[in-house]
Parts: sequence; structure tokens; C-alpha cells
Amino acid sequence: MEILIHQILAGLATGGIYACMALAVVMIYQAIDHLNFAQGEMAMFSTFIAWQLMQWGVPYWSAFLLTVAISFAGGLALERIVFAPLRHAPVLSHIVVFIALFVIINSLAGFIWDFSIKAFPSPFGTRPLFELGLLSAHDAGMMGVTVLLLVLLYLFFRHTRIGLAMRAAAANPESARLVGIRVGWMVALGWGMAAAIGAVAGMLIAPVVFLEPNMMLSILLYGFAGAVVGGLTSPGGAVVGGFAVGVIENLAGTFIPHVGRELKLSIALALIVAVLTIKPSGLFGRRITTRV
Amino acid sequence: MPPKIAALGKTAEAGPGTAPPGARRLAVAVLLLAALALPFFVKNFVVFQFTMALIYAIAILGLNLLTGFNGQFSLGHSAFFGIGAYTAAILIDQAGLPYWLTFPLAGLVCFVVGFLFGLPALRLEGIYLALATFALAVAMPQILKSSPLEPWTGGVQGIVIVKPDAPFGLPLTADQWLYFLTLAISLGLTVCAFNLVNSRTGRALMAIRDNPIAARAMGIDIALYKSLTFGVSALYTGVAGALSAVVVQFVAPDSFTFVLAVALFVGLVVGGVGWIPGSLIGGLFVLFVPNLAEQVSKGLAGAVYGVILILVIYIMPSGAAGLLRLIAERLRRMVGQGRDDPAGRRTR
Amino acid sequence: MRDSRRWLLLVSAAAGLVFAAGPAAAQKKYGPGVTDTEIKVGNIMPYSGPASAYGLIGKTLAAYFNKVNAEGGVNGRKINFISYDDAYSPPKAVEQVRKLVESDEVLLVFQPLGTPSNTAIHKYLNTKKVPQLFVATGATKWGDPKNFPWTMGWQPNYQSEGRIYAKYILENHKDAKIGILYQNDDYGKDYAKGLKDGLGDKAKTMIVAEQPYETSDPTVDSQIINLKASGANVLFNVTTPKFAAQAIKKTAEIGWKPVHLVNNVSNSVGSVLKPAGLEASKGLLSTGYLKDPTDPTWKDDAGYKEWLAFMNQYFPDGDKTSSFTVYAYSVAQTLVQVLKQCGDELTRENVMRQAANLKNFRVPMLLPGIAINTGPNDFFPIEHMQMQRFNGERWELFGPVISGEIGS
Repeated sequence: MEILIHQILAGLATGGIYACMALAVVMIYQAIDHLNFAQGEMAMFSTFIAWQLMQWGVPYWSAFLLTVAISFAGGLALERIVFAPLRHAPVLSHIVVFIALFVIINSLAGFIWDFSIKAFPSPFGTRPLFELGLLSAHDAGMMGVTVLLLVLLYLFFRHTRIGLAMRAAAANPESARLVGIRVGWMVALGWGMAAAIGAVAGMLIAPVVFLEPNMMLSILLYGFAGAVVGGLTSPGGAVVGGFAVGVIENLAGTFIPHVGRELKLSIALALIVAVLTIKPSGLFGRRITTRV
Repeated sequence: MPPKIAALGKTAEAGPGTAPPGARRLAVAVLLLAALALPFFVKNFVVFQFTMALIYAIAILGLNLLTGFNGQFSLGHSAFFGIGAYTAAILIDQAGLPYWLTFPLAGLVCFVVGFLFGLPALRLEGIYLALATFALAVAMPQILKSSPLEPWTGGVQGIVIVKPDAPFGLPLTADQWLYFLTLAISLGLTVCAFNLVNSRTGRALMAIRDNPIAARAMGIDIALYKSLTFGVSALYTGVAGALSAVVVQFVAPDSFTFVLAVALFVGLVVGGVGWIPGSLIGGLFVLFVPNLAEQVSKGLAGAVYGVILILVIYIMPSGAAGLLRLIAERLRRMVGQGRDDPAGRRTR
Repeated sequence: MRDSRRWLLLVSAAAGLVFAAGPAAAQKKYGPGVTDTEIKVGNIMPYSGPASAYGLIGKTLAAYFNKVNAEGGVNGRKINFISYDDAYSPPKAVEQVRKLVESDEVLLVFQPLGTPSNTAIHKYLNTKKVPQLFVATGATKWGDPKNFPWTMGWQPNYQSEGRIYAKYILENHKDAKIGILYQNDDYGKDYAKGLKDGLGDKAKTMIVAEQPYETSDPTVDSQIINLKASGANVLFNVTTPKFAAQAIKKTAEIGWKPVHLVNNVSNSVGSVLKPAGLEASKGLLSTGYLKDPTDPTWKDDAGYKEWLAFMNQYFPDGDKTSSFTVYAYSVAQTLVQVLKQCGDELTRENVMRQAANLKNFRVPMLLPGIAINTGPNDFFPIEHMQMQRFNGERWELFGPVISGEIGS
């Protein structure tokens, strides 16, 4: 029983990582209507920028804000330079470009900062939160930030002009253009925001898993999984999905005898596919898709 | 997600089908002659490289049938490739079967697995299907090395098999023999693919791709066709995997990671989605372009490869098929303005 | 070193004069890839793909051969180091090695990295009779001269190291309850096997938990919690640097204080313990055979300074905190020694003969008391290691130099 509680708590802690990433995934899905396979690498690169700034002596919070700003600009620029000219290319070609971006960013980061792991500081400290020491202050902080981001996004998309315009541009570009929304720029804005959220996610994840060019490789996968379970159209669902994946994975690894430990990723993935076959747009996907 | 499928459909008609049939026949003949002559003019390892390129081309062809003609999307074909390879390796290593017998068996196994995977996949569309298949690709190496399967798969150590020599006392090296064998199989499979696509079944597949609702209204059993396509696609890829096991003489979980799935996908898009000969271009791309990138810079091999990829997409957003069609159209306009090609069939 | 080489040249020149009439003395015999001015050495490395961290080894090797060439080469011949990317994919490894052998016609394949890639080319190179020399993996199967006379490892193999830990546990912790955290591949399993073999009958009772992880796992937190819950008081940590750092950090965070044995793969002060936290790393046990460049113990060591000078001049961008650069530097020196010993008989046969004829050979970055020894039936160049304990700042070597020979 004790081990169950421990594993659930640990699952929530890692789930926080996935939730953070899932949120960034959903964000860009809302803006551009497909998944960005290079998203994890972008977040990793942003985190390296923050690390570099701190190496140069910039204090944590300044580096944090600066990185978010740089990432926002970077995401915007990436859309304008790389993707805008390809607007009329088929969807599959876009995915190939995502893959290309993935390898470019990964290889570049390895080239600049090499592959050895780097410690990344946490703004919350790593002291255990309770006596048991199962959740560290950082884990709790990460969950807090994820929820905060979620609320901010909700408000942004529901109650600001620009947020509404972005949703319109993603959902129905033609009509959006007709009512005077500059669709191209909305998409670019979406990219910028996704990159910025990715940067936050990266900076929160790095203290736990350590910073190195391949750090996001599997986390992005879990992030996708979380986003899909929750529903790609629902930021809240994505966050719940992220936590769920973390917990399920830990429980599968601990309580399914023999194969559980080796195949916990496979089991988690199988569960996700099972969820999808029952609810093809994720657990919470419907609610937001009921747009008019 | 109707808009996505429509977009897929657009690329699917990208084939340079407007070339006059005579020219097309000539091109095929020249290519075939070159392919037959090749192993006698290059070193054995180059023969090996081309054999691998052909093998990837077969796998990409399988993917093409699924994506290009049926509008289903897969980022998980490395799994079928791996299952095919392991089926062949286990049958050779443990059951002592002759290698040539393992190809159809591997294909069969993959057909069944693909069909079964296709059933739940029916309910998934677009990006969700992509992720489900991607999950399959990620899980496959772990499943292959998991301890319940270890007695057969050899766990992480994989299985080493012996390379067969040319039979009947043919004066060929092992590499040349396997090249010709692979060439023959890939030709056979390509012909089958053409026939399939041009058949009633093929038209049903494309109808499902272009407009599932209309297809259903016409009485096409969408579920059956979609699962069948998944099975056939997996069959192609599985045969390719079995060939690779024999040619490489070794299978290991690390050979069939999601990186392979991504490579096959890239090959598909670069060659041209929905254009059968594009698979060959894709296969060549998958094998040779990373080598090219590496020659430019070792430290930045990945970055160079990525840049090449982006450039390729810029130059030909719909893959080689789109580019060839463009060239063919230009040529036609230049040569004979008025002559309307009576056989100007739309792409298959 | 330069002097000794000159001296060697002089001697051989003199010998050449004296025995000019002698049969084999000055006779040159070349295998593929060798001329009077050049020796072609082939290599495959994962410069791209998931294991690209190891690409650093290939870059260091290239830098070291640049240094050798700048200083006149080996017996007057420059080393032409041809290194290809295999992306850690076995099929690609086969392709690239065949290119090396059949197109570039290298004399030998040196330091191919990774167990999967090496397994893929094992049979091919042995059939072709091309040396697969000093492979960069610690699996045990590379030391099998009877069946695979063209393949040789270099580093202490994983099983030997596992046995060393077993010895230590049996001697110092009679009531040990061991929990093993291992990477679920050949590397992790070899270590676990070495430990179990070393424990012998006790293995069944002593080992209370085994937790594998996959390289695709984001963290090993869940495994650490399970190990703690199993009641283990000894943690055998068979992980690569990133996961080792996570494990060290996590055990400290949850207040678990087992006897913590970290495998040699991940005992770098600079690239594992520092990120994990030096305070959390205090008391760690490990084994070593190379000097850790980030360990202040070697600050004034002549061998360390030599390595540092090399890094500064020939590989200024290289990571000076990484054990990979030290490793590559040392293994490259071993190859140079083999080629020196070959003299003018640079055939593939002689390369293997000389590789199997290293007697008490020392490279500067090996720990004191450890030497490279091979023989016709001994294809394990380094078999000795020493236990060490981390004191919060540096590794302190303790106890004797231990042999972990298989079958000992």
C-alpha cells in the first residue's frame, strides 16, 4: 500500500513534466492544426540558451524571462522563414520539415554545447516538500506553474481579442481572413507562443532530467501521449493526460509482474491506443471541438 | 478530418502521369538495363548499398500503398520491417528454413499483424493514427528484446545469420546474387502494386481516401478495405525486412527503432506520395543522403541532413513525383503545343 | 616520446645496416592500406542519431592522429584516419564497414563503437580477416581468440567489473541486501551477470531487487523508489551518465543512504557527480582504470599534463571534463604502440600478432599500477581496476589493484 502511494506521487511528479510538454503540444496544435515534431528540440534549445545566459552571469529570473522572449521571437521567425513559404505544400511535406528541424536543432545543440549533461538550477529548490521526501519543492513548483500556464492560456484564448483571432485563424482560415484577421501572422504568433511555453517547460524539466541535447527525445513522446489521451483540442485535457500517463507508467512498471518493468512504455502506449479507439479524439477532446 | 485527407489526395495525383507512354516505356527499359548491369561494374559493397536501397524502396512502396492510395498515415512502419526481419531470422536460425522460404512467410506474418493493427486503427484518423503508429514504432524495440520473447529473438544480442551464396553454381558473388534476388522481388512487388492500384480494389481504396462518405454511400466496405490495406502495406514492408535480415546478416532491436520509421516516411514524401516509382527514389534517398551529409561535416552531420531535407522540400514540395510532373509538363509544352495526349490518363 | 622514437629509428637503422644481408630485417611487407608514407585506419562512430554523445570519441581519435602525424607519424608513416557515421544503426554499420574494407581498403578497423554495431560486423570482419581492433564496448564476447581471432576489445569488460564489486561486497558487507538498477540492454545485463557470477551461491539470497530502465525513460525515479522499498542496503548502479546523475540525486532527495556502487561508465566527477551534486555524491564507490581529468588528484601529474597539452593544442573545442576524451586518447596511444611494434611488416596478420603481444604497456592516463597486457590467448587488454571512494571532492583510490578476469 505504501509503495502504491509512493509510486502515485512519483508518477505525479514525472507526470508534471509530461503535462508541461503536453500543454506546449496542444498550444501549437491549436495554432497550426498539426503536431510539431521539433517542439521538444526547440524547448531543449531554449533551455540551453537559458543555461548559457546563466553561465555568463545573468541571474536566474532575468535569464528565464530573456529566454522566454528569445524563444518567442525564435518561434515567430521560424514560422516566417521556414514555414510561410511552404504554406501550400502538402501536409506530409510539412511533417518532413518538422523532422528536418528536429535533426538540425539536435545536431546544432550537440555541436555548440556538446553532449555531456549539465545541471540546471531550479527556482524552487530541490528540498523535499514533506517528511517522506517523495515530492520535492521543485516538483510541486512545476505542477503549480503548469496549472498557472493553463489558466493564463484559458483566459487568453477565451477573453482576449488576439486569442480569439488565433483560434479563428486555426479553425477556419478562410472565414478568418474574410473578417480581417491576418491569418499568416496569427499562425506565426501561435508558433511564438508555443516556443515560449516550450521554453518554460524545458527550464522546468531540465532540473529533473538534466540538460543535454537528447533530453526531450522521450519526453516529447510522453507529452504527445498525454496530449492525445486528454484530447489535442483541450489544454486542460492535455494536462490531465500528462499526469495520467506519468502515474499509469509508474504503476504498470511496479505492479505488472515480469514484463511490467521492461515494457512499461509499451504498456502505457497500448493503453493510450485503447483510449483512442474508444474515444477517438481523446478523453476531453469533445468538449472544445463543439465549436460552431 | 476531411481537410487533411483532401490534402493527401492532392499529392497523390502528383505522379508524372502526363508523360507519353512511349517515353515512359523507354525510361523503364533503360532503368531496368542499368539496374541489371550495375553489379558487374561496381564494387561489392556498392552492390550491397544498392541492395539496401532497393529494400528500403520496397518498404516505402508498402507505406505508399497505405498513405498514398488509402489516405492512412503511418509513422510506425519500422515495426513491420522489424517483425519481417525477425520472422526471417528466427525461421532461419531456429527452424533451419532455407532463407528464400522465409520471405513469403515474413510477408504473411506481417500481413496478419498489419491487418489486426489496422482494425483498431480504423477508428483513428489523421494525426491520431500517426501517433498510434508512432507509438508502435517506439514500443517495437522494447518488445523485441523483452524477456518473454528472448528465447526466440536473442534479446538485445539479436540474431546473426549466414549470408547465402548464389545457387545453381551461378558465377555470382553472394552480394550480386542477393542484389538480383532483391531486384526481382521488388520488380514483382511493384507490378503487383500497379495491378492492385489499377484494379477495382485500388479504385475503392482511392475512393475511401478522397471521400470516405461518398465511398460508403457507394457500398464500399470501408472497414474491410482499410484493414486490408494496412495488411498489404505491412506485408510489403515485412518482405523488405526479411530481405534486410538476410542481406545484413544480423537483426537486433536497435536496427528497428523509430528512426527507421521516420526514415521510411521521409523517403515516401521525398519520392512522392501516391506515385509508385517514387518509392525507388525514396529508397535511394534514405540510403545515400545521410552519407552525403556526413561527407560535408561530421560534427554537424545531422544538421546538414536536415538542411538538405528542407531544401528538397522547398524545391519539390510534393516530392520527386511533383518535380517530374512539372518537368514533363514543361517539356510537353515546349515540344508540341497542340498535340493533346490521347492517352493522357490521369495518374492511375 | 619523440626522443624514444628517434632512438628507435636509429637503432633500427643501425640494425638495418648490420643485418642488411639478413633475411627479414629490413624487408617491408605491406597489407592493404599501407604505403611507405601512409597507414589507412578505418573507424565507425555514431556521429548522428541517439548515441551521438559518443561521437566525441571519434573526434578525439582524429585529433590524436593529427598530433601523431604532425610529429612525424608512426615509423615515418602518417596515419590516415577514416571515420564514418553509423548513427548507431547495425545495418548502417555493416554498410560503412564494408565501405572501409572494400572501397577505402583500410589496414584495420579501429574502435568501432557499440555492441549492436560491433556484433553486426563481427562475422564479416573475421571472414575477411580484417582486424576489428580495440572495439569500443565492454561486452565479454570480444575476447574470444579461438573463434574470432580478428577481434579484440580494450577496456575492462563489464562482467569483470561486476565481479570486482561482488568481491568488494563479499568482503565488506556480509549482510548485504543488494538492489540493482540497470540499463535494459547488453551493457546492463553484462554488469548484472558479472556481479551475480562473482557473488556465486550468495547471489540468490543477497540480491533483493532488480530494476531495469530503458534509455527512453525520462527519469529513473520510479525505479529508485522501488529499490528503496525493497529494503536494499546496497545499490548497484549500472547506468549511463545521465541516469547515474539522476539516481544519485534522487537517492539523496528521498533520504536513502545505501552503500552506493556506481559503475565505471558513469564515475566522471565533471560530467556526472558535479551535475548530480557533490554533496549527494559523497561516499559513492566505484572502480577506475583511467585518470579522471576533473579529479584534482592529478592536477600535477605528468600524464595528465601531457593529455591537457594535447587537448589544448589539437582539440581545443573538446570537452575537457569528459572521460571520453581521456579514453580515446589512451586507446589511440595503444594503437600507435601496436603499429610501432609492427615495424615495417604492416600486414593484417602482424597487426593482430602485435596487438596480442602487448607486455606491460602503459599509457600515461592509466591509473598507477594498471598496465595493458595481451597474449595469443588473452584478448582482454585491460583487466585490472582499483576501487575508489568519493570524498565529496575527489575519488580516493583504496585497496589493491584488483583483477576481474573471467574465470578467476
